[in-house]
Amino acid sequence: MIEIKNIIKSFNESTIVNNVSTTFLKGKTNLIIGQSGSGKTVLLKCLLGLHTPDSGEIIYDGVSNKKMNDSSKTLLRREMGMVFQGSALFDSMTVIENVMFPLTMLSDKNDEEIREKAEIAIQRVELEKAYDKLPSELSGGMQKRVAIARAIVMNPKYLFCDEPNSGLDPRTSIIIDKLIQEITKEFNITTIINSHDMNSVMEIGEKIIFLVDGEKNWEGTNKEIFKTTNQSVTDFVYSSELLKKVKQYL
Amino acid sequence: MFYLSDIGKYFIMIKMSFFKPSKWKVLRKLIFKEINDLIIESIPIVAILSFFIGAVISIQTALNLSSPFISKSLIGFATRQSVILEFAPTFMSIIMAGKVGSYITSSIGTMRVTEQIDALEVMGINPLNYLVFPKIVALLFYPFVITISMFVAIFGGFLAMTFAGVPSEAFISGIQMEFEPYHIVYAYIKTFLFAIILATVPSYHGFYMKGGALEVGKASTLSFVWTSIIIIVVNFIITQLLLS
Repeated sequence: MIEIKNIIKSFNESTIVNNVSTTFLKGKTNLIIGQSGSGKTVLLKCLLGLHTPDSGEIIYDGVSNKKMNDSSKTLLRREMGMVFQGSALFDSMTVIENVMFPLTMLSDKNDEEIREKAEIAIQRVELEKAYDKLPSELSGGMQKRVAIARAIVMNPKYLFCDEPNSGLDPRTSIIIDKLIQEITKEFNITTIINSHDMNSVMEIGEKIIFLVDGEKNWEGTNKEIFKTTNQSVTDFVYSSELLKKVKQYL
Repeated sequence: MFYLSDIGKYFIMIKMSFFKPSKWKVLRKLIFKEINDLIIESIPIVAILSFFIGAVISIQTALNLSSPFISKSLIGFATRQSVILEFAPTFMSIIMAGKVGSYITSSIGTMRVTEQIDALEVMGINPLNYLVFPKIVALLFYPFVITISMFVAIFGGFLAMTFAGVPSEAFISGIQMEFEPYHIVYAYIKTFLFAIILATVPSYHGFYMKGGALEVGKASTLSFVWTSIIIIVVNFIITQLLLS
């Protein structure tokens, strides 16, 4: 579980994340949604430790970021997995090497054990036939699955996904969303996903926070989001013509 | 102020590349890969350029020593001095700023653009140690490239003069004439400093670049410009300190 209290982050006197407080639940897929420029990525980077908040507190399973020194921050990072928007796979490495990479760099296991663990992670995302392929030889959906395998190979406590289905077709997006949700349940991970994809919200939004101009505007679940009377949320949810028509039928 | 903060950031980058080292097993592989990419793969172009420039230096020297009262051995002497003191260490380094420097900037810059550097940071790996340190170590072998350049350039000059009818004994005696070992020391001190510049300035431009694919190209160009300028300025300072 990750709890954030009054997080504020500014760049050049422009406040990007403004006084956001919430709790991201363990074993659930937590979504941060909002329009482009609403501060989702900056908030995610604060949670990852890539940005330091100007004020506020982030509590990882009871341990506050304010009480952490550099070495405990490094150890915490090893408990985090991240799926980047563009997958961020290492171009010069094959699929198996990409997945083995965090273990090779950070664990004390021997080569055989590392390969075995990487193979299990790749099997979990159903990419056994792509072991020796380079990222450039894979489709966008396959690259995302490799990125997920790499993120879970260290058995992380926290999984962060920055728009994991951007650039994917709707069918592949749902497959990726479902995979993330299954892994979250299976390994009891605190998963936080940045998204502005309404399919993801409907499919896997067990806990949703909605940001507007860096501030938390609404918080709830995927069932509640369609019943809310919050105007900003409904404007966001029903922004497409398709969903407007769906709303009429509802 | 802008340049001052860049200079500060550059030195912090160099310092940070030695901290939080990755596993030796991983670093060793990376160092060998970089030695291959930056040193071994540069040898053919260095050899070709050195051969022909050495030949041109000797031809131009011969052209200016047309008087029958001046010994032909001076051609060998002038070629040796030009190659050892300036051409091999300095101008070959500027050529290498184009080859090696652009490669370093574009490879690190692409990693920045495609979030691979962010991925390293999230994993708790020091990206500077992983990416920059092996390049610094690999370029410590750069004097080896310059040694090859010196030999090939002088050989190029020798062959050009042989074909032009200058007695080979005269050229060889010119190469041996008034040999000053300190000039070799001076050349290698310069080469060592240029190696550090070649590894770190392009790394800085790649690591801290912002933007997308187009900016990778711009960063490579900027990196070449700055590396060349810094090499020329450092060359002047070192020459003032060691030879004046």
